Amino acid sequence: MSWLRYFRRPQRDQDFALEIDAYLQHEIDDNIARGMNPREAAFAAQRKFGNVTIAKETTHRMNTIGFLETLGQDLRYAARLIRLEPGFFSVAILCLALGIGANTAIFHLLDTVRLRTLPVANPQELVELEIGSSQRSGNFSSSHSDFTYALWDQLRTHQQAFSGLFVWEPTRFNTATGGEVRNVEGLYASGDFFRTLAVVPALGRVFSAEDDRPGCGAPGVVLGHSYWQREYGGQASAIGRKISIEGKPFEIIGVAQAGFFGVEVGKAFDVVIPVCAESLIDGESANTPKRDHWWLAVIGRLKPGWTLAQAHAHVEAISSGLFEATLPPSYTPETAKKYLAFKLTANPAGSGVSDLRSKYQDPLLILLGIAALVLVIACANLANLMLARASARERELAVRLAIGASRPRLIRQMLAESLLLAAIGAACGALLAQFLSSYLVRFLTTTDNPLYVDLGTDWRIFGFTAALAVLTCLLFGLMPAIRATRANPGTLMKASGRGLTDARERFGLRRILVVAQVALSLVLLVGALLFVRSLHKLLTLDAGFQESGVLVAEVNFSTLNYPPQRWNEVQSEILRRIRILPGVEQAAATSILPISGDRWNDEFLFVGANPSGKFLSNFSAVSPGYFRTLGTPLLAGRDFNEHDTTLKSPKVAIVNQSFIKKFLNGANPIGKRMRIETGPGEPETIYEVVGVTKDAKYVRLSDPFSPTVFTALDQTPKYGASTIMLSRSHLALTSQLAAIKREMAAISPAMSLNFYTLQSEIADSLLRERLMATLSGFFGFLAALLASIGLYGVMAYIVARRRGEIGIRIALGANRANVLTLIGSECGKLLLAGLLLGIGFALAASQAITKLLYGLSPTDPLTIVLSVLLLALVALPASLIPAIRASRLDPMQALREE
Amino acid sequence: MARSKTNDDRGDMMQGTLAMLILRTLLLAPAHGHTIAYAIERTSEDILQVEHGSLYPALHRLEERGLIASFWGTSENNRKAKYYRITPTGRKHLASERNRWDQIVNAIARVLGPATE
Repeated sequence: MSWLRYFRRPQRDQDFALEIDAYLQHEIDDNIARGMNPREAAFAAQRKFGNVTIAKETTHRMNTIGFLETLGQDLRYAARLIRLEPGFFSVAILCLALGIGANTAIFHLLDTVRLRTLPVANPQELVELEIGSSQRSGNFSSSHSDFTYALWDQLRTHQQAFSGLFVWEPTRFNTATGGEVRNVEGLYASGDFFRTLAVVPALGRVFSAEDDRPGCGAPGVVLGHSYWQREYGGQASAIGRKISIEGKPFEIIGVAQAGFFGVEVGKAFDVVIPVCAESLIDGESANTPKRDHWWLAVIGRLKPGWTLAQAHAHVEAISSGLFEATLPPSYTPETAKKYLAFKLTANPAGSGVSDLRSKYQDPLLILLGIAALVLVIACANLANLMLARASARERELAVRLAIGASRPRLIRQMLAESLLLAAIGAACGALLAQFLSSYLVRFLTTTDNPLYVDLGTDWRIFGFTAALAVLTCLLFGLMPAIRATRANPGTLMKASGRGLTDARERFGLRRILVVAQVALSLVLLVGALLFVRSLHKLLTLDAGFQESGVLVAEVNFSTLNYPPQRWNEVQSEILRRIRILPGVEQAAATSILPISGDRWNDEFLFVGANPSGKFLSNFSAVSPGYFRTLGTPLLAGRDFNEHDTTLKSPKVAIVNQSFIKKFLNGANPIGKRMRIETGPGEPETIYEVVGVTKDAKYVRLSDPFSPTVFTALDQTPKYGASTIMLSRSHLALTSQLAAIKREMAAISPAMSLNFYTLQSEIADSLLRERLMATLSGFFGFLAALLASIGLYGVMAYIVARRRGEIGIRIALGANRANVLTLIGSECGKLLLAGLLLGIGFALAASQAITKLLYGLSPTDPLTIVLSVLLLALVALPASLIPAIRASRLDPMQALREE
Repeated sequence: MARSKTNDDRGDMMQGTLAMLILRTLLLAPAHGHTIAYAIERTSEDILQVEHGSLYPALHRLEERGLIASFWGTSENNRKAKYYRITPTGRKHLASERNRWDQIVNAIARVLGPATE
């Protein structure tokens, strides 16, 4: 056997034909010499030689590679079948592609977000330090900020468990020198950040502990590799250049190694700055000196030989010393007691830290579950299709066996068909996976929160799902070949087309498959409808304000270097200028934008009430006109006005309905005075309630209304040189935006601005809900479609099988209605069994999604009824078409075919 | 499967002896298929009737194993024909096969003993 010879087959065959010809000519010559006439001579020569074809075939077989030769034939034959049955093959390939593609894409995202370790050396040695308790007081920067700067300073001098330890804080830096902001993903990190993670520079150098000293001014910054590629075109000349961070120039000293995105999964830093620069960048509002500002997260690398448990014990042991040394002076004795009782804990951080993980872990797991169900449905459908085809081909196989095809040869051919189908399906699946994963990442990316995920295809999971689908294909593709070759071809030929109710048991398998498909797709439909209805509820709920038409402008005037006592004044001036712009109907300023995720809560007491009766409420500082701008009605009392300023008048507050309900049992709040908790040494603040507003959502749309106190913006001390302006105008968004931009530039071109609409902010806050509704809706519909195709397949098969019987019935006088009922009831039974089973499954599975729903019970009866109706609607044509076809059967024709 | 297997068995039996006969014939001079077939028939005094058709696959197999080589030539009656000649490997192979054959024949003869009639 040789490859060379294999490809020279045609040449060889030709040679051989010539050789045989030569033999015959010689023999004929001899025969003529012996005295025969030419005709006789030719016949005699043929006889002498024997069977020419056998000789040719024998030599041909010698020259070829048998497996290849027949594989080629089989594949060609299979391709011809695909052309002949495009319907069957497109459905089968769709099943495969969907099952494989969806699972691969979703698992890939889940794996990136949840399972994969950080791309740094020995990630298993990384440990995150946290405070076990959530009862902290003060300000928080993000959900995983567990350290104040003072606490970090103490920790690093007292710990012995880690060979390297660093703090980090994700933030956003404005790199524009004025006007509209140009934000980049920023990271504050302490000096040992790169050394601890063992990340080397791709260019220049990375900073080290020497660069990160208190009072370091503007130290050198390091760029992320992809940012360097994007913004500096990967030029080495970027090193040594200046980059403007919040209006201050910093020198670029290096670029981090490619593929290093930081320690937060789903995000990639653009610029990392030594944490000592925070004092310079944030100026008067810096977090570094504040002992009650929790803004840093700590990660360390265990010393060789140390285990997580040892490190845990160590940090717990040194905790009390650390907290004693860093007690914020502003704390009341009560808060201080809590603070001193805090204990540090050590947790593994090898796979990084992620907000994404906590937010999307459940949704992704559920989506994976949905995709897995789609895969099961797809496989069931595939099995059904293959079985349907197989029974149609039983006769063909029997004929081929009867005329001498060998069993292995037939099985090989079926194998080739299944493999071709599976290969095309898997290829489509891989394509779909690519497309779907980039779609998912785009879906989850908002301007505020770019999602950084490596977009490659996960070949392990692709391999797994593809193997599963291919296995299904092979299993059910081969079944007919094995069955057909086991039986006596004669029996099979006689049986096919004649039996009225034979092959009952295979029928059973197909029925079970269809019932399972219907049941599972009902589960998916119920889930999809729950998510869709939940999103709809969120979109249509009365949030307490009218978000449409409200433009949000974040104005940062820190570059103007006003002292903090003048910040309120600047803010009022900005608001005044926006209000008088032509076209602006309403404008207001606020400290907290609703639904943005920002939150300010405080404890307070009613003056004259029991001092132990403290209440916790949300707060927001707003300017006069805030409620009009947002469209939240004022129910009693008055709005803030120009007289509510710190100097001239007593401090006033407006409360919402929930506040009255929860803290005053519905009593009239106007005139009530409340005192806000302050630490020792700070002046007491007493507010008098002057108005009541309708309830409005605060942090999340899905949260119930919560008690909220609004204070007058001018009477509330500002913490930063920035403000949030809201405006409502009848002008187009772009011209309104341009007008505000011009006006702000007139004050100072160095002020930075960030614009968006309240509507988009709210839409972004519903991202998770939209993701679930969109994807589960898509899969649910698809599953229903697949189940209907399956149902159609089985019904069409049943009708084909019972043609003879139906023909006899019609011949004996059954009318169309009788036949319709006969087939319809058959179909109804299958559908009903599937639906009942599906409702059971759905009820059992629904608990898993309770947390992701808003305003709906997972067993919501209306949703279940709707899903059943929807599925029945999709399945109806699937069952009607074969039934109608059966009722139109011409009995003569049907019986003659027998 | 079963059918093709018996085919192969018969082929193997034939092949061994037929190969030896072909090689022996070619030892004298190169020849084409037609000559070889008749040479075998004649030298065996028509006892060994070769099916001429089965000669050709055998020739190809021998060529494939490098025991004989082929070339296109012109025959005595001026026709184009494929000639075969024995290679050195073929000679060696023939010698060893011959040995083995003699042993087998002797062995069988010993078992059968002198003819009893």
